[in-house]
Amino acid sequence: MRNTFVKTLVGLAKNNKNIELVTGDLGFGVLKPYWEQCPDQFTNAGIAEQNMTTLAAGMAMEGKTVFTYSIGNFPTLRCLEQIRNDCAYHKADVKIVCVGGGFVYGSLGMSHQATEDLAILRALPDVVVMAPADFVEAEACTRALVGYKGTAYLRLGRGGEKRIHDRIDNFQIGKAIKVCEGERVAIFSTGAVFDEVSEANETLRSHGIQPAIYTFPTVKPIDEELIENVTREYEIIVTVEEHNIIGGFGSAIAEVMAEIKGNKSYLIRIGLNDVYGIRVGNQKYLRSVYGISADTIVSRIEEALDEA
Amino acid sequence: MDSRQLAWLIRRHGIEMTHLSGGSHIGAIMSVADIIAVLYADILKYNPANPNWEERDRVIMSKGHAGAAVYAALAECGFFPVDELKSHYQNGSRLSGHVSHHVPGVDFSTGSLGHGLSAAAGMAYIAKKSRDESHCVYAVLGDGECNEGSVWEAALFANHFRLNNLVAIIDRNRMQSMDFGENTLELENFGDKWQAFGWNVIETNGNDHNELKLAFAVAEENRDKETHKPTVIIASTIKGYGVSFMQNDILWHYRFPHDGWEYDMAVTELHNNKPDGVTDPYTPDGILDPSIPDEADDVGNDHTFTRTWNTNYPEKMRRVEARSGSGEEVHEI
Repeated sequence: MRNTFVKTLVGLAKNNKNIELVTGDLGFGVLKPYWEQCPDQFTNAGIAEQNMTTLAAGMAMEGKTVFTYSIGNFPTLRCLEQIRNDCAYHKADVKIVCVGGGFVYGSLGMSHQATEDLAILRALPDVVVMAPADFVEAEACTRALVGYKGTAYLRLGRGGEKRIHDRIDNFQIGKAIKVCEGERVAIFSTGAVFDEVSEANETLRSHGIQPAIYTFPTVKPIDEELIENVTREYEIIVTVEEHNIIGGFGSAIAEVMAEIKGNKSYLIRIGLNDVYGIRVGNQKYLRSVYGISADTIVSRIEEALDEA
Repeated sequence: MDSRQLAWLIRRHGIEMTHLSGGSHIGAIMSVADIIAVLYADILKYNPANPNWEERDRVIMSKGHAGAAVYAALAECGFFPVDELKSHYQNGSRLSGHVSHHVPGVDFSTGSLGHGLSAAAGMAYIAKKSRDESHCVYAVLGDGECNEGSVWEAALFANHFRLNNLVAIIDRNRMQSMDFGENTLELENFGDKWQAFGWNVIETNGNDHNELKLAFAVAEENRDKETHKPTVIIASTIKGYGVSFMQNDILWHYRFPHDGWEYDMAVTELHNNKPDGVTDPYTPDGILDPSIPDEADDVGNDHTFTRTWNTNYPEKMRRVEARSGSGEEVHEI
């Protein structure tokens, strides 16, 4: 996914000299194709994310479309006020790119686990928040963000995510994408954790349960229209995110559902249960430990259907 | 155990831990090994049976990515079994890639650069406020880490509040994650910068145990000076020190020693320089008939990002030339 992002950005930047990429001293190997092919649209700002972010705002004020790049929480939480005051408030054309949303860098420890970023970035006015689920979505998000003037956050996985879409017709910021129809249960998912949803879907179908599935490459603005329509048709809505259940994607869905008059469906949010990842391990292992694996998705849905 | 023996074991554990886990940052583990070894063998006051002993010296590994060096030292000093080191990075382990305070002997978790000196200043400040002279506070930073503005905020505070119970040690390996520091954000006249922030500055060779011990002795004398200033030891090191093909090669910031010649040559070179009285827990007799690299292998090449970043920016952006695999400490600008 991160390689797709870089490849897409190289293609766009070659034809648009206004695009700039600034890294916080990360991307050895990954960003190499970019700095080799677009050397005059590349900057390494060093290990200094606060400066990098407001530097990008300054460059944007001079007419550039600036991507800032780092991993985990470094391009976001480390420089939150710079994003709020200097990028978003000025509607600066800055796209903040994080590689390693969720547990991608799980073994490196808590500092490298980005599990509150969606909530925090979503709370800022004038910030678009995107989390693609496969490389097709990653490419579509990158292209859409270059076309969007303003501050945005792009949360990427590391790579190796299974392909979901052959192609996406009419991709739009703020629109969810239907993966399949179903009965009684609808699963909403954002980001690379879709791999778990996909695995859960296979198991559920083998058990005779047919969930509808939607991916949400955009967390903000959230697709309210789709949520309202799906909520009318399905009894149970399940949200899945590699993120704290507080404030993130599930919360965004809950906010919409709570205000639908006469809503009879109910919501199950799957995510980290308001804890930090103290445990060490790879992404798959940590998803399992913190209750966002395919197995958990299956059992939560089966329990809910049994009770219904 | 003396500091040279401990340093050797830190390096040997570091090679094994990154080899087993596929973990990053072996270059930094090797550069900081002597600093950590001298601290734990000769300087710090601690009690492995009581890791939270109130009179212990506090130590914060601010460059948390070299955490394997701290874990190795703690295990060898009796805080937890040496065998646990093999769980580094593994599912269910407590030994995360970056230093975790859930491990006995670790005072503070790090991993995001530029936090450790502030935390150390907070600890030193409380000791000063309570007139507690039972212990000191040490923070180990990277020179690349000093890109972060927060380091300099902590430097201002520590001087203003006269934290003479605080010693910062900077692992000055002159490299960061993509290139030499001077090709990333120049720190030039680094000692002068700290002096200008009000600190006592000691510049030394951070891979030389005698020089390091001397520096810590001066830091102790500084504590009694009337100025009450904090002290920084700028310890010049070589990234990857101890394994020739890793030295000054940025590749080894991320790459781990793979099966074959990388692992074999690293272990063999360590064995060629093994101090007496140390037992290698993994390959006690070294490696018989080690694999060696051939011409096709990527050895001694320049992997810095500025080698292939050919910008037309109207200033020279590559300020130092890399000599990968070299043991040079100072790079001509």
